[in-house]
Amino acid sequence: MCLSIPARIESIEGNMAVVSAGGALFNAGLHMIEDPAVGDYILLHAGFAIQKISEEEALETLSIIREIDEAAGKW
Amino acid sequence: MRLPANGNRMKYIDEYRDKDLILKMAGLIKKSASRNYTFMEVCGGHTAAIHRFGIPSLLPENIRLISGPGCPVCVTATDYIDKAIVLAETKDAIIATFGDLMRVPGSESSLEKKKAEGADIRVLFSGLDALEIAEVNPDRRVIFLGIGFETTAPGTAVALMQARGKRLRNFFLLSAHKVMPPAMRAVIKDGMKIDGFICPGHVATITGSSAFDFIPREYKKACVVTGFEPLDIMQAILMLIHQVNSELPTLEIQYKRAVTPDGNRIAQDNLLRVFVHNDTEWRGFGIIPLSGLKPGPGFGEFDAEKVFNPSVRESRSNPVCICGEVLRGVKTPSECPLFATACTPLSPEGACMVSNEGACNTFYKYRPDG
Ligand code: SF4
Repeated sequence: MCLSIPARIESIEGNMAVVSAGGALFNAGLHMIEDPAVGDYILLHAGFAIQKISEEEALETLSIIREIDEAAGKW
Repeated sequence: MRLPANGNRMKYIDEYRDKDLILKMAGLIKKSASRNYTFMEVCGGHTAAIHRFGIPSLLPENIRLISGPGCPVCVTATDYIDKAIVLAETKDAIIATFGDLMRVPGSESSLEKKKAEGADIRVLFSGLDALEIAEVNPDRRVIFLGIGFETTAPGTAVALMQARGKRLRNFFLLSAHKVMPPAMRAVIKDGMKIDGFICPGHVATITGSSAFDFIPREYKKACVVTGFEPLDIMQAILMLIHQVNSELPTLEIQYKRAVTPDGNRIAQDNLLRVFVHNDTEWRGFGIIPLSGLKPGPGFGEFDAEKVFNPSVRESRSNPVCICGEVLRGVKTPSECPLFATACTPLSPEGACMVSNEGACNTFYKYRPDG
């Protein structure tokens, strides 16, 4: 139950959104998210969007991982 | 809810499951690990991910991962289940609960057994669903079993604020909501030898990483707030090793795509508005001061504990079950004589076998001979 999954906002109506994850659709309360927009990725937890996922930071983390990896190759 | 189907490309998931990168990361971990390390993954979601992705098999023998108290169903005291069962017998009551609680053994019975005996117990995904049940059943009293940490509690807070806004008189919360940092302090004070913590990534989306600052500062232990995909976890282990090797324990965020130092201010506000902290019992730990959340001033009329005052006898659990020690990181599930014999997910003897994030459940699912 403590699972949170990344999901994409597909539509918004008032405080509620329909979000998609892995081809399935879920309802998500947007009460805790600032400026939600269709296309945003959020973490879905127990029926609520608990945080937006930052694309920028996600790419940054991946590039750090790849750099570590390249450094490893040179060892 | 289910995990994304294979073959369905999933943003923010697939990239972090790249096999080559994971294996290379494993090589690097092996090279960097120059002594013995014990790291605790606090969150049950991490325990589940670690075993699901076979991470222990990728690590050298000198790195030991132990699971901690971050499985909300597991740490919920038997006493709470007993109260929920008593409430299920209340006239006109509908119990609304997350599915995981159904099979948790109480002293005498379980919610699942009560339901089979005819009690109106409904399984749902969110506190808002519970609210809806109350709205469409004005002549019934709906009691929502609120469990979970800082990730789940803000949603319950939203439900309570809406209930108040709509002047609902038939919606109640039996709260077992808890906060994580005091439990981590309890683990450290317990004296287990732990070099560092894989800190709970989803709790930190709400609290911010700063909620864990006290660990390196006061206790000189390494801390990395971590995501839930295999590359996240491998990178975090490498970061922890570097912290330990440099003897400079600090708090780092690996899970930057979802976690900031300050966290989710709106969710924190919800918590402050609706709840107050109370001393509450955790399985395995006993009472941890100020680690629980119960409805505060202005929300007392929704507090099932206050309104119904469910009275239960002293609770009992299977004396052989070592779930409590598993939650403190002192023992592993396989040390329990009931593990995978008398105790299985279909007929659990303890809470740690019930939840998908419970260590016993996870060890059972991914056991080598399974
Ligand atoms: S295997 Fe079952 S009985 Fe043993 S510790 Fe885990 S939950 Fe308790």
